[in-house]
Amino acid sequence: MVSLLNQNRPPAFCPGCTHEKIVQMLDRSFQNMGLAGNRIAIISDIGCSGLFDTFFHTHAFHGLHGRALTYATGIKMARPELTVIATMGDGGLGIGGAHLLAACRRNLDITLLILNNFNFGMTGGQFSATTPMDAVVESGFLNQLENPIDISEVARSAGAEYVVKCSGYQPDLDKELEKAIRFPGFSVVDICGICTGRYVQKNRLTPKKIETLVSNHNHTISSTPRKEYYSHYKELSKNQPPAENPIPISPVFKPLQPTRQEIVILGSAGQRILSAGEILCLAGLTAGLNVSQKNEYNITVLTGPSITELILSPDPIDYTGIDTPSIILALSSEGVERRKYLFTNTTPDTIIIHEQNVKIPSCNASVLSVDFKGKGIKPKEWALASLAVLAGMNKVISLDMLQKAIELRFKEPICSKSIHLIRNMV
Amino acid sequence: MSVSFMEGNEAIARGAVIAGCNFFAGYPITPATTIFNTMLKLLPPSGGICMQGEDEIASIGFCLGASMAGMKTMTATSGPGISLYSEQISFAIGSEIPIVIVDVQRLGPSTGSATLGADGDIQFLRWGNSGGLPVIVLSPTDITDCFLLTIHAFNLAEKFRCPVFIASNKEIGMTRESIDIRNLPLPEIKSRKTASQPTGFQPFAVHSDTGVPDFLPIGGSIPVRQTSSTHGPDGYITNDPKAIEINRTRLAGKLKAISTDHFFYEAYPEKDATTLLITYGVTARAARQAHREEKQSGRPFSLLILKTLWPVPQDLIQKYAKGMKRVVVVEMNLGQYVKEVECILPGIPVLFLGQMNGCLITPSQIKEFLNHG
Repeated sequence: MVSLLNQNRPPAFCPGCTHEKIVQMLDRSFQNMGLAGNRIAIISDIGCSGLFDTFFHTHAFHGLHGRALTYATGIKMARPELTVIATMGDGGLGIGGAHLLAACRRNLDITLLILNNFNFGMTGGQFSATTPMDAVVESGFLNQLENPIDISEVARSAGAEYVVKCSGYQPDLDKELEKAIRFPGFSVVDICGICTGRYVQKNRLTPKKIETLVSNHNHTISSTPRKEYYSHYKELSKNQPPAENPIPISPVFKPLQPTRQEIVILGSAGQRILSAGEILCLAGLTAGLNVSQKNEYNITVLTGPSITELILSPDPIDYTGIDTPSIILALSSEGVERRKYLFTNTTPDTIIIHEQNVKIPSCNASVLSVDFKGKGIKPKEWALASLAVLAGMNKVISLDMLQKAIELRFKEPICSKSIHLIRNMV
Repeated sequence: MSVSFMEGNEAIARGAVIAGCNFFAGYPITPATTIFNTMLKLLPPSGGICMQGEDEIASIGFCLGASMAGMKTMTATSGPGISLYSEQISFAIGSEIPIVIVDVQRLGPSTGSATLGADGDIQFLRWGNSGGLPVIVLSPTDITDCFLLTIHAFNLAEKFRCPVFIASNKEIGMTRESIDIRNLPLPEIKSRKTASQPTGFQPFAVHSDTGVPDFLPIGGSIPVRQTSSTHGPDGYITNDPKAIEINRTRLAGKLKAISTDHFFYEAYPEKDATTLLITYGVTARAARQAHREEKQSGRPFSLLILKTLWPVPQDLIQKYAKGMKRVVVVEMNLGQYVKEVECILPGIPVLFLGQMNGCLITPSQIKEFLNHG
């Protein structure tokens, strides 16, 4: 096979830099595999490792520091047939650490080449995540304070199933790269090398020392690799149910009131307040009304107040806020407490329906107390039951509208149970 | 007629799929999460890709990679996530990567309030990139806008090869409304222009007066380069000041092709009005009500609701402000877009009404300000 090296752009590394050897070895591995340039994408980010993509006649994507794996992921998911190689330095590994961990867990078929030369070469030799504590670098004493990580160990513990540590000087590096590329999942090749421009100016590091360093590490190559992400994604996607279309609702009833109605339901988590709000809106739709629903609840969803604000209107709904509701359904004290101010704005035209044990502030509204508890209705059914009370008064919705909404929203047996409940309330 | 009931966020997701979106990646964040939830229901069964990134930076990074491989991509987040997107947004602008970015705004600064609304990111969306090159920002007022503007956002991203933002708001995204989703007139779906002559393809060479380079995907038969670095037409780093200037000038100018005909807005000019009220987003709804009520009370004002915020529709604003004694800008923040309006209306007093307390600006507040402010 022909070389994929870009003849117009020969490697431009400092004399003696290991990166240049790795470029040659990567080209040789492409040749050994018989890969054409249009079947490969090289994804790089910032630093000297970020020059790699320019030296090859392949697809290339060069992005921000530490993010090579993010782009590589998108490209591989879009074009699974491509051989995707990401190159990152030890600097990029530090800033993009979360992406490395995620890539190891994800097991998408990308090969990550870590060009590990123990410092930030391009910016002047500052310490990276792999700089030894006793090294002399351009970060003053700061590297003495931070323990370096062994990227191979990190990748292994994050679940990578192919992790090898190599020397940029080993003569069979092309074979190592080929094996990693052929691995059907995420593979990491941690290639240790020498930064001649910076690191070895003040630190002694030789190919021999790197050989010793690398030989102390065990390779991890799973013989029974787990499922590769893309093929697994496709396998699971196939079993997903087709997405449901939004339920179309045609008007079959006439609206009860000619004007905008604002309803607030005040309750607590577990009282199915938001569901009741949805039912009320669906009921409105069965009469051709415009509807809106805004909800408020605690971020810890199983506790605290639960409030829904609903508007049903024959005209398009512009402002969605409710300051003077026409109806308040008060079903828990903490719900009432959260919207106390609403009660001060009430007039005799305002209707309040409350569970008789839920205290409400004194106000000018017409108040209806209901003994839901005494009727044997559970708190989680109070919201729906209060809609039935409202429908019984022919306010906002009729009982037929309510029943239709329940039929649209619920499947059996909940549908029949709910209809039974509302019919019994009236 | 048959209508449906859903959140603004769901309408955005459904609009995206209509527009041809086949790749979504996001990271959970209130109040944008339900866009992700909906995309997860819509895309995988139809052969699309929906991913949850390890963070926001990864999520948008996935999208940029997939977009350059030829997919139509979208991501969605809120203020804290937009902050993290920043470096990738700069990349998408400078390297002409089509992507739709939804910002369901919540009350900031910082983590702020996850479940309270605001329009506090309007200048950040424009300027939150290094280099300061222009972007497109669309702002929905309601659920129908969410659906339709998302389709337009994809068309614009494809046409101009740039990020297009949807500046939504918790008060729109998480509010459920009725929508006649089956009977809305849909815009024609557009896709980026493919290079007709692959031989000698240069990824950033421009062959037409659109100022936009033709596209070939990463993974196609011709090796294609993409780079975040300063590049020439061939996609390699350049230090040539002339080449750099040509490229930067082109990037700064290509959105000028969005003429008045292509801006999204609603205008309600009134014959006897001396005040023009300019607003956008959820606040437009209170303004519509105030506009109607004041007209009925014999105190009409003209109303201009902007749905394209960036690029600033300068001619449009100047046209409707002409002859007005004052212009009032109302927005759900402490004064952001008003600065743009002031700049382009010399000689006309520009007043501001805004608040940033998690509450909607009410029609009464607007009327009070107009009559006594």
